[in-house]
Amino acid sequence: MRLELQNISKLVKGDPHISDVSLSLDAGTINILLGPTLAGKTTLLRLMAGLERPTSGRLLVDGHDVTGVPVQKRNVAMVYQQFINYPNLSVFENIASPLRIAGLPKPEIESKVHKVADLLQLVDTLKRKPQELSGGQQQRIALARALVKEAGLVLLDEPLANLDYKLREELRKELPKIFSQTGAIFVYATTEPSEALLLGGNTATLHEGRVSQFGPTIDVFRRPDNLTTARVFSDPPLNTLPIAKKNNVLVFKDQVRIPINGRLAEIADGDYTIGVRPYHLYLKAAEGTAAVAGEVTVTEITGSNSYVHVDIGGIRWVAFARGIHEYEIGTSIQVYVDPTLFYIFDTSGKLVHAPALPEGR
Amino acid sequence: MIRFKWLIPTLYIVFLLLPIYWLINMSLKTNQEILSVFSLWPRDLTFANYKVIFTDPAWYSGYINSTIYVVMNVLISVTLALPAAYAFSRYSFLGDRHLFFWLLTNRMAPPAVFALPFFQLYSSMGLFDTHIAVALAHCLFNLPLSIWILEGFMSGIPKEIDETAYIDGYSWPRFFVKIFIPNIASGIGVTAFFCFMFSWVELLLARTLTSVSAKPISAIMTRTVSASGLDWGVLAAAGVLTIIPGALVIWFVRNYIAKGFALGRV
Repeated sequence: MRLELQNISKLVKGDPHISDVSLSLDAGTINILLGPTLAGKTTLLRLMAGLERPTSGRLLVDGHDVTGVPVQKRNVAMVYQQFINYPNLSVFENIASPLRIAGLPKPEIESKVHKVADLLQLVDTLKRKPQELSGGQQQRIALARALVKEAGLVLLDEPLANLDYKLREELRKELPKIFSQTGAIFVYATTEPSEALLLGGNTATLHEGRVSQFGPTIDVFRRPDNLTTARVFSDPPLNTLPIAKKNNVLVFKDQVRIPINGRLAEIADGDYTIGVRPYHLYLKAAEGTAAVAGEVTVTEITGSNSYVHVDIGGIRWVAFARGIHEYEIGTSIQVYVDPTLFYIFDTSGKLVHAPALPEGR
Repeated sequence: MIRFKWLIPTLYIVFLLLPIYWLINMSLKTNQEILSVFSLWPRDLTFANYKVIFTDPAWYSGYINSTIYVVMNVLISVTLALPAAYAFSRYSFLGDRHLFFWLLTNRMAPPAVFALPFFQLYSSMGLFDTHIAVALAHCLFNLPLSIWILEGFMSGIPKEIDETAYIDGYSWPRFFVKIFIPNIASGIGVTAFFCFMFSWVELLLARTLTSVSAKPISAIMTRTVSASGLDWGVLAAAGVLTIIPGALVIWFVRNYIAKGFALGRV
């Protein structure tokens, strides 16, 4: 199965929720929709499922137009962020529901349900009602129902967001294994860049209803085409600074002067925006780094790591550092950047320079 | 102080139950005893009053008539309210909020306002003195109430359940019957109870729209002055028997009734 979205747009009461999205998804792939809340991830999934009709554009499955086909006749399955199961049915019946509707013979239903229940560790709970189970198990039921149908398109809308940390880690590890056993197209919506990187596959970054980039996850992460993609695909947020390039130096107001050389210096002079990942912003000088002066606005300590927020001429940057670094609010400090790790975008947001890929890529 | 904390609730309950006790007390006495002496319990215990009701068709037909139109009304109200409430709960359409509110305003008018038009309308349509006439008249009040209560219960079910069912392949009717209705069963029970409660105790419309063959028990009870005066004992027995169905129905929905009073919005 191959799903193609051609110039899909969706207006809700005159507001564009999805604008001109074109994607092409192949069988046996995991496709991640990455974007902040309200980016349009859920709407896009609902459009793919056929729960909503696009205002314009077409949806093709294996080349056939399915834009107006009702959801009952589509070959899809969906898992929601909330744990959605039929409260009145047992776990077994919940999982069996799509098979019963399809009219499969009883023994076949039995064996399929047991196989999926085994995969998702639900065998002991089959006779119980969903609401008697924990959140993690409830979501497993929903996943089981989506898998048992053997649909060509499986849509997952932040399926792990409402689970607690441990369960999330556990299921996140299992999911790619489960996915790889079916030949379906998986579409997985998430707000977390780290989740996208862990799941691999392809990623489409979504921002305000537009897909800013689509490609293999690791490539989108390492070489974002544009500033929007880089911002969406960075957590903590990408540090950016509007700068002017003059010969061998990058200047921001009177405050920041970063000398550059090599490949960077070859870029034409002019105005640019630089992007620096939080873990490329150092608290100590090292070889090849340049100092940037700022003022600490807040420090967050998470166990053995620190996030130091620094105000740089009115722009807030975040430095991620190992170890505990505590500063009084208002302390003037120097943070250090390595120009070879800069992403440089032109004034329209297009990427003009990315750091060299690590060895072996 | 603490030692007397039982006092107020006890007084309150005694005060509440006193009239009911007195009714039961009266129903087990002879007319002569009721009228002649003050007795806290029947001195001359008799079930003759109940026997009158169960043997005299003029009495027991009243119960049958009331039961028939109440059941009809509950069935009509719930059956029609289910899809209407679903529409209000799941879809947005032009003027839906106004229409929804307007439904409730129907309940604000006293039944007396509608007695005259209903009487004339049903007479001219040949429905006068039939059970369906009373059942339909009560729908004017019960249908809006049912829609409100059911809408509350339905809105408590996430719409993602509907969508999951469609994705699984359910058609709407199949989903509605197999998945949705079982999930709002308690809401349907509460709705039926509220319809029953209104229809069972409503007197004015029921009496106006009937004369002989569909005459409700409450109407019969108000017309028991005979040549020999008021038949106190039989009247009390009829009162007791009228309370029983209500008490039974309340028992069935006791766990959900608070939610019903809040129109399903708790």
